[in-house]
Amino acid sequence: MALIVELVMQGVQMALVLALAPLLTGVVRLIKARLMGRRGPSPLQPYRDLLRLTRKEAVLAENASWLFRTAPYLVFAGMWVAAALIPTFATGLIFSWAGDLIAIVALLGSARFFLALAGMDVGTSFGGIGSSREMMIASLAEPAMLMIVFTLSLVAGSTQLSTVAEFMQGPDVGLRVSLALALVGLVIVALAENARIPVDNPATHLELTMVHEAMVLEYSGRHLAMIEAAAALKLLLYVSLIACVFAPWGVASAAEGPAAYAAGALAYAAKLLGGGVLLAVFETSIAKMRVFRVPEFLGVALMLGLLGLVLLFVTRSL
Amino acid sequence: MLIVAALAILALILLGLGGPLHGRVPRAAVWVYGGGAVACAALLALGLAALAAGGGPVIATLPVGLPWLRAHFRIDALSAFFLVVVNLGGLTASLYGIGYGAHERQPGRVLAFFTPFLAGMNMVLLADDAFAFLLSWEFMSLSSWLLVVSNHRQADNLYAGYVYLVMASMGTFALLLGFGLLAGSEGGYAFETIRAQAPGAGLAALVLVLTLLGAGSKAGVVPLHAWLPLAHPAAPSHVSALMSGVMTKVAVYGFVRIAFDLLGEPDWWWGLVVLLLGGLTSVMGVLYALMQHDLKRLLAYHTVENIGIIYIGLGLALAFQAQGFPGIAALGLAAGLLHVLNHSLFKSLLFFGSGAVLAATGERDMEKLGGLIHRMPVTALMFLVGCAAISALPPLNGFVSEWMTFQAILLSPQLSDWTLRFAVPAVGAVLALSAALAATCFVKAFGIVFLGRPRSGQASGAAEADRWQIGSMAALAALCIVVGVVPGLFVDMLGPVAELLVGDRLTPQMGLPWLTLVPVAEARSSYNGLLLLLFITVSTVIPALVIHRFATRAMRRGAIWDCGTPSADPATQYTAGSFAQPIRRVFGTTVFHAREHVDMPLPGEVRAARFHVDLKDLAWDLFYAPVARGVAAAADRMNHLQFLTIRRYLTLVFAALVLLLGVLAVWH
Repeated sequence: MALIVELVMQGVQMALVLALAPLLTGVVRLIKARLMGRRGPSPLQPYRDLLRLTRKEAVLAENASWLFRTAPYLVFAGMWVAAALIPTFATGLIFSWAGDLIAIVALLGSARFFLALAGMDVGTSFGGIGSSREMMIASLAEPAMLMIVFTLSLVAGSTQLSTVAEFMQGPDVGLRVSLALALVGLVIVALAENARIPVDNPATHLELTMVHEAMVLEYSGRHLAMIEAAAALKLLLYVSLIACVFAPWGVASAAEGPAAYAAGALAYAAKLLGGGVLLAVFETSIAKMRVFRVPEFLGVALMLGLLGLVLLFVTRSL
Repeated sequence: MLIVAALAILALILLGLGGPLHGRVPRAAVWVYGGGAVACAALLALGLAALAAGGGPVIATLPVGLPWLRAHFRIDALSAFFLVVVNLGGLTASLYGIGYGAHERQPGRVLAFFTPFLAGMNMVLLADDAFAFLLSWEFMSLSSWLLVVSNHRQADNLYAGYVYLVMASMGTFALLLGFGLLAGSEGGYAFETIRAQAPGAGLAALVLVLTLLGAGSKAGVVPLHAWLPLAHPAAPSHVSALMSGVMTKVAVYGFVRIAFDLLGEPDWWWGLVVLLLGGLTSVMGVLYALMQHDLKRLLAYHTVENIGIIYIGLGLALAFQAQGFPGIAALGLAAGLLHVLNHSLFKSLLFFGSGAVLAATGERDMEKLGGLIHRMPVTALMFLVGCAAISALPPLNGFVSEWMTFQAILLSPQLSDWTLRFAVPAVGAVLALSAALAATCFVKAFGIVFLGRPRSGQASGAAEADRWQIGSMAALAALCIVVGVVPGLFVDMLGPVAELLVGDRLTPQMGLPWLTLVPVAEARSSYNGLLLLLFITVSTVIPALVIHRFATRAMRRGAIWDCGTPSADPATQYTAGSFAQPIRRVFGTTVFHAREHVDMPLPGEVRAARFHVDLKDLAWDLFYAPVARGVAAAADRMNHLQFLTIRRYLTLVFAALVLLLGVLAVWH
């Protein structure tokens, strides 16, 4: 019986992230539009877009290979599994031990790997430029992310995200310089990984500035829908990750019963909304930087992560 | 047990006689490669049986070799594990050779030395005295050198062979000195004797440095790696696979045998040195790999990176061992050795794939390939598995060993030494950086070679590889998945090895529910490749089915979109050079001394514009060139010694005699 409940909870988690992801994207778009003085589309618009795209006929370039057609599903799957491993409204879900934080980072890496390959499949200059730049950004963002992961794991004594989240809720955390450095680093990585301003612009189709959009330029129909859904999931994933580590209030523990779960879900929705608002405000208040300034920006994240880590190593037994 | 090994090795050496028979006996190549495969299979079974039996040492002494020493041989857990690695590579390379050998221009030159090379590597693993070890080591080096120069009509290959020979001699010389110091003035060359007499701290330090020089140069540790990207690609592809995937592992074996087994208790700084070397090797290897546009050279540079990762694992093991944490040392060791197995699997697979491409197109230059996924779909799929595995993507095998290395790094605040506390997080950052760069490197390798549109006539006319090639690639790809999904099985296999070397082992993994990997404690970390594979499969298939069933499955082929400006010329695609350009911009001036030369014609001129990039491997400038200049200058100085009178020569001989006698008198 307990097993069935746990399986159901895991299923709820997977369905929840999938259902909420487009809404978060929609909310961010709406707030950004309002901040810029436009009316903006309804926050439900991403759902309509996804539905419309899945119903459309897919147009493939004549020399697109099987990889081009499978990659969107693989990217989506990698992102969905990674998002499902992050505690949203409750910790200690039944499969949370299948992959720890390092595995989550690597799963995101897998998704990116296939997306970058798909960008090169048709053999266009835009696809190549997108893949090349995406991988350049990733090869600086991923180590920064891992440094932050290491910092968190050393503080909590575990790489399991559930354990980390529970530790962060507990009284032993205190204020730590390492954690502050990790938070700043994680925000930088999240901006870069989600192709947000100042690293990339999710709304651009101006040839020379686009990175992520250039990579998926050849996609249409259901394939594009999968990629858009994956991108929405990724944004949700990073917001949930930051929320569950740095704002762990209200997250229900395993087997605390329906009331705690409901409270956790409410808290989670509030955190998502907060994250979306902050992201929109940040994006409207800053300009996009040149591509070759990005390495310096990400270098800051890497150095912050490393600094936090070294600080932990040094202070551990003082 | 050793009799089977001896017979198999003897068979491998004798099979080399098949080389001269090529062309006279029908299907000589098939017999030689088939025989090699059978002998390797026997040795592989032997290694597995020894590991399954717990790795209790089996010893034999043969009445050959030096009369007062004789030849000692032994199989213990460490050599059994490496027997598995070497012969798995040997078996698949032999099978691959049956198909690939048909494309060879002068097959006799390869056939004659292929199986002796396999024999040499196996003999190194079995040797139990310094004499047998060095003899086998040199046998392995020379037979592989003959394979490197087998295609000797290309000037590049001859140069590669020359550099390789110099570096191999240097390495053997360093090992010879090391063993000489270990044996002491008594001349106890048997490993048993060396183990019994623990060397003093200073002596052990000297031997460690010599081992790093000797075994490290063979493995490709930066800055001793410069021969490797020249020599490995020069050989025929199945030999490249053996050299990169397997011979470097024999070199790692040499290091582990001496540093962990013969030298006794490690000093605190050994781990630090090995760690720093490993970190430097991994990041430099992958950065140089990214800049290559010769597919096989890219793979060879990538071997350098993976050797770095292995050395990081070994360095952690040494550090923890020295500070009295054998349990964590076992984790570091298991991570390093699992990466040995993993790298041998995916690097052989990738070299086989590059061989299939080379056989089908005659091209190694990535700028002339492209679009091969349409012409060689099966090879492309296998190569993709290899690329994903080497980029450490879950749920494949490369990720497991890197994950274990990270876990060992995360346990290192327990170390009490301050230098290590600063070094370990830095090495962790470097490892993370090189893992991310590896993914970039293999997106480039796969994307340029197999995706896009063909960049030359050879690429557009390529045909799929034959069934031998595909079969051996498929076997390795399947193993990559198996090790990634059921890592516990292979970690358990390493239990006896860790027991032997650091005196502790990881808890048995196979009894855990769902085949989860839990190296330390469940609350700390766990990884389950099987579940991840299951999840990814389910969440790939379900959306695909739902969309195809309930939305639409309509699909149409159309022209390339490319923002409305498609060009039919395949030269408008991104090239290998342009793909790596952002990375070159980021790391360029410091790491590669990159210089870009743009030759832009003035307005009115009709010649083409030219763009040229100079890249350098820093090791050449910083380490090799000064040594070479020193040797040349010394040779110039010494030259006039060749034109003396007989009286002067007699005087010199007499002076040398007096000097030596004087040294001897002072020594005693």
